[in-house]
Amino acid sequence: MQRFRVHHGKVAPLLRANIDTDQIIPKQFLKRIEKTGFGEFLFYDWRRTPVGSLDPGFVLNQPGFAGASVLLAGKNFGCGSSREHAVWALAGFGFRAVIAPSFADIFANNSAKNGLLTVKLPEAEVNEIVRRVEGESGYQITVDLEQRQVFDQHGFSARFEIDDFTRHCLLEGLDEIGLTLQHEAEIAAYEERHALTPK
Amino acid sequence: MSIEAGARAAMVAPDETTVAYIKGRRFAPNGEQWDRSVAHWQGLKSDPGARFDTTVEVDAAKLAPFVTWGTNPGMVVPVSGSVPELRHCQNEAEREAIGRMLEYMGLQGGTPIEKIFVDRVFIGSCTNSRLEDLRAAARVAKGYRVSPKVRAMVVPGSQAVKRAAEQEGLHRIFEEAGFEWRESGCSMCLGMNPDILKPGERCASTSNRNFEGRQGRGGRTHLVSPMMAAAAAVAGHFTDIRNWRFH
Repeated sequence: MQRFRVHHGKVAPLLRANIDTDQIIPKQFLKRIEKTGFGEFLFYDWRRTPVGSLDPGFVLNQPGFAGASVLLAGKNFGCGSSREHAVWALAGFGFRAVIAPSFADIFANNSAKNGLLTVKLPEAEVNEIVRRVEGESGYQITVDLEQRQVFDQHGFSARFEIDDFTRHCLLEGLDEIGLTLQHEAEIAAYEERHALTPK
Repeated sequence: MSIEAGARAAMVAPDETTVAYIKGRRFAPNGEQWDRSVAHWQGLKSDPGARFDTTVEVDAAKLAPFVTWGTNPGMVVPVSGSVPELRHCQNEAEREAIGRMLEYMGLQGGTPIEKIFVDRVFIGSCTNSRLEDLRAAARVAKGYRVSPKVRAMVVPGSQAVKRAAEQEGLHRIFEEAGFEWRESGCSMCLGMNPDILKPGERCASTSNRNFEGRQGRGGRTHLVSPMMAAAAAVAGHFTDIRNWRFH
């Protein structure tokens, strides 16, 4: 898993509340068996017109937000169907962090296991970032997981809460397999003791 | 459906109905193992005096049938009610969210639910297409015809449900009424196969999610019970099942 320590990147605002996973990645794209390749289908029905061309009106299609790596969203982001593909699609598109007033629980957990940081900030602070995004084209922000802080170069700064275990896993780039493999020596020793010997 | 309430999982203690359902089924334990299993299952309940953060009691018998009007399962009103009006919104954020939903759903605030006409009816999904659901829907459909303006389909919850329903002749009731009787599968619950709505089509659906595009891009989903769906297929619009004339 990719580590998350400090990330600096362009912010894209998508300020609807209750953005559900069917919007993040519509179900017809869930047939791949890899974790990769979902980025191009992110927000498919919003990004594309009914005939499949890019809709220039959608925020992520606007040149000013090209290459954005921090998504700003409304409350309860990631609700609905519990599909890990939603995180893979965001990560595949290039997002490293999502900032919102709240997240759906399963989505937030899936994010942490895939190196995508969910930053929960009070609505007032999210709105302050929105104002700054609107006021400065190409607005960038720094998300510092080590310091549990989000800040820009013009004086904005906000602290965020994250539990120690999730933070540790993200800082070290550990998903469950990674965590388990930290005990490889003990696992090997156990396997040795319980080896199935042919009789 | 506990996910829709923000939970990760829900547990229901097994009761007599559960045990009666399992008894004699494929993979169910037999003989002495059955007795031991039942004794074990009966222990799977909340401890006496268990403390809960919140207790919610719902008397389902006193509830009117519900119909969703929006694009998440919580956007729901009794069938006797109306689509919410923007002027009653508590704040700007709510006004914006509801406005967006009404636009997607092609609805005017204040429209009585019973005045909403449907193009499609889907009775299916693992959640709402069990044998008893199909029995209930068939009771409604019996002796009626699906409205000529509606395409209606019934998709049993599993192959086992399909076989059992056919043994009872439920498929004939549906077919005689003009419903399509289909193979079991996910079908229009999430529309990964060609069972989808065209943009703007309106569907009374017994599935469990009504997010934008869930049943096809631009499709408008109203979640209802199997009986309410069957009644909508016949009437062509939502109608209160409590006033239904059963044949």
